[in-house]
Amino acid sequence: MFFYYLQLAVRSFRRNRALTALMVLTLGLGIGASITMLTVLKLLSGDPLPTRSARLFTPVVNPWPAENATPADGMPRWWGNLMSYTDAMSLLHAHKARRQAVTASTKAKIDPTQPGAHSFYGQGVMTTPEFFAMFGAPFAYGGGWSTQDAENQARVVVISSALNDRLFGGGNSVGKMLRVNDHDYRILGVLKPWAPQPRFYALTFGEDAYGDGDAVYLPLQSARADGMKPAGYSCWAPGNVAHLETAPCAWVNLWVEFAQVSGARAYKRFLSHYVQQQIALGRLHHPEVWLFSLTGFLDRQKVVPDDLRLQTNLAFGFLLICIVNTVGLLLAKCLWRSREIGVRRAMGAIRRTIFAQYMVESAIVGIAGGVLGLAFAEFGLLVIRHQPAPYAHLAYLDLPMFAATFAVALVASLIAGLLPAWRACAVVPAPQLKSV
Amino acid sequence: MQIKPILSALRHHKAGTILIAVQIALTLAIVCNALFIIQQRITMLTRSTGIDEAHLIRLQNQWVGVDDKHVGSLMQTDLDTLRRLPGVADAYATNSTPLSNGGWSTGIGLKPGGKGERVQTAIYFADDHTLDTLGLKLVAGRNFRSSEVVDQMQHDGLDPPQVIVTRAVADKFFPDGDAVGKRVYLGNKPSIIVGVVARLQVPWVGGWAANWEGRSTLVPRRLMASGTNFVIRAKDGQIDKVLHSAPAALLASDRMRVIPDDDGVVTFAQMRQEAYQSDRGMAILMGVICVVLLGITAAGIVGLTSFWVGQRRKQIGVRRALGATRRDILSYFLTENLLIGATGVVLGMLLAVGMNQWLMNTFEMQRLSWPWIVSGVIVLLALGQAAVLAPAIRASRVPPVVATRTV
Repeated sequence: MFFYYLQLAVRSFRRNRALTALMVLTLGLGIGASITMLTVLKLLSGDPLPTRSARLFTPVVNPWPAENATPADGMPRWWGNLMSYTDAMSLLHAHKARRQAVTASTKAKIDPTQPGAHSFYGQGVMTTPEFFAMFGAPFAYGGGWSTQDAENQARVVVISSALNDRLFGGGNSVGKMLRVNDHDYRILGVLKPWAPQPRFYALTFGEDAYGDGDAVYLPLQSARADGMKPAGYSCWAPGNVAHLETAPCAWVNLWVEFAQVSGARAYKRFLSHYVQQQIALGRLHHPEVWLFSLTGFLDRQKVVPDDLRLQTNLAFGFLLICIVNTVGLLLAKCLWRSREIGVRRAMGAIRRTIFAQYMVESAIVGIAGGVLGLAFAEFGLLVIRHQPAPYAHLAYLDLPMFAATFAVALVASLIAGLLPAWRACAVVPAPQLKSV
Repeated sequence: MQIKPILSALRHHKAGTILIAVQIALTLAIVCNALFIIQQRITMLTRSTGIDEAHLIRLQNQWVGVDDKHVGSLMQTDLDTLRRLPGVADAYATNSTPLSNGGWSTGIGLKPGGKGERVQTAIYFADDHTLDTLGLKLVAGRNFRSSEVVDQMQHDGLDPPQVIVTRAVADKFFPDGDAVGKRVYLGNKPSIIVGVVARLQVPWVGGWAANWEGRSTLVPRRLMASGTNFVIRAKDGQIDKVLHSAPAALLASDRMRVIPDDDGVVTFAQMRQEAYQSDRGMAILMGVICVVLLGITAAGIVGLTSFWVGQRRKQIGVRRALGATRRDILSYFLTENLLIGATGVVLGMLLAVGMNQWLMNTFEMQRLSWPWIVSGVIVLLALGQAAVLAPAIRASRVPPVVATRTV
């Protein structure tokens, strides 16, 4: 039966080639646009650490002077989750969460040991011992540094698998020395490939938020003692920014992990309590505290740019119009064939048969639209890869999206086919036969 | 033209009529908002920086193996080299420029130590040649004197005794226009406003600086950093020549420097191009979507109307046989389309306003003004009429003799 419908459909397409082509093209455009935008949206709104993000949080307090009121909707977006060194370290040492780490990203000058190789800059993270366990960064060789190492300002480093491949041919380089910013650091550990997208613990979500991740991970105090600078800082009063640890400036982030999501409430109480204490001491002036979940923080920082959300909505609006258009064309096409339907009904076809026949016809239009849509989506992503956006080079159609294309196409065409098919099976045979 | 028979005919084609009306409504809503977004982006990317971009070049220079403390004399030597170059009108060294999307910003206020009301301002390092090089217009006060321009280490507090501010900064604190001679504070020590320039855009073209894009402050300081930007003003018609001669002259005078190959020496026209690439992309994308949408809607109207014409051949023949002229048939279909279109655009106007309201809530969009909706309505009604024209002409050509045939 199905093949008979197929045959009928193909015959009907042949009869109205222009109309059929128009339908397929319309659906293809709508689907292509939607899938392109969905792919980019999925890329950007992905969870950097899917198994852990629910338990990861970042606190924010307001260190501004008393005269600068806290904005009604919290600290401004450009402030991000910046914290002063003093506050971050006090909270770190309080150990009120299961794990906690202070981070600051930096640019690290790396000198290869091979003769003739040029020095280059890599992304670096200055952080504290629990970073690796908390974010689940997997080690290929060795491990992280201890609290003891951090206190002693030991020159030790954990390197990424990419850097290990580049400098040591991928072998076990634990114990070897690496020259970072003109100082020798002993390699303690080598990570397996690990690069959360985006690099949520970085300061801003700019050029470096997407890609291969960091090259080196250094103990915060050791790196600072060797003069490494954070990627940025924000000061609320003039001070000596050469010594950021004591300057009235925020330049580190604090991340905490709870055993259970419910730990957040208790932590927020602790945070309020801490701030109250600091207010009493005259160090802080504003009682407001915030505790953002990892995904909540990414939303707040608008990692998915407004323009992109707008374009995605537009693409779906576009698809909606394409579907409405296809409904109209399918309707025209099927009513055109009222007489044929009349004959088929008179010959004994029941309504359900007619309905099925027209749905098969719509589905074929949908699949053809899907194939065309796929081509449009590939083209759309090609265009996006040539855009100056930091995530551009990652915009490729993956398998789930490939499947989604056909799912969207099929659903869209079946929805579009419902009304025409229903109208077709409602055709009364007698008047149609009379005029023949 | 009588509307009643058309309405009663449309009652027999409810589904098709509603579909066309809905499609017109949706298209109107999206096209209005898309055109509005295009207009906003174009306004943004044609915004003036306040500087004479057509004559300006930015040269990014990195001295190699130099301690920050010794940059001052190198900078002066390089500036002398550049200013003596044929085709160069003037030059100065700075940390950042408009359209560069990277720079220094700080709070500025009327009280020391970061207290009191403060607003963000971009900090541009400048000297006595800056105003002439950039072509900035002083609206009050004077330029910096060469004796006022001194060295600034990167990590020292920024407390210049003199500043030149833009009118946007001056008006914020001194709305009466008497800013010259007044004190402002970037840090702990006061700075006297010695001059006010009409306009100078901050380095960031969008995003976080959107609300204060005109608030810039010039400080008479040489930034002691191994990387610096030279801004060079070329004489009329000499910009292409200077584009090549400037880096060549600097490299000839001292090889211990890096001038990046790709974006080391660029005109401000190129910088503008680059800075607004994504906004231009958005405008183009919106434009393409508008055109495609209008095309699809037109095709849909042609498709459905063609079907109606085919279905009514016999009725048309009867009308012709009873004395209707070709023009009557033509205007029947045109009026029919106009009626459907009118319903569609009324619905579409509501949708457009609703969509704009939603965009304003979600995306910091401005309110859609009526001219946009009205022009959208006109475009869609005209599009409907144009789309229906071909099938309607075909209908008008149906000969009266069709009425006499049974099929």
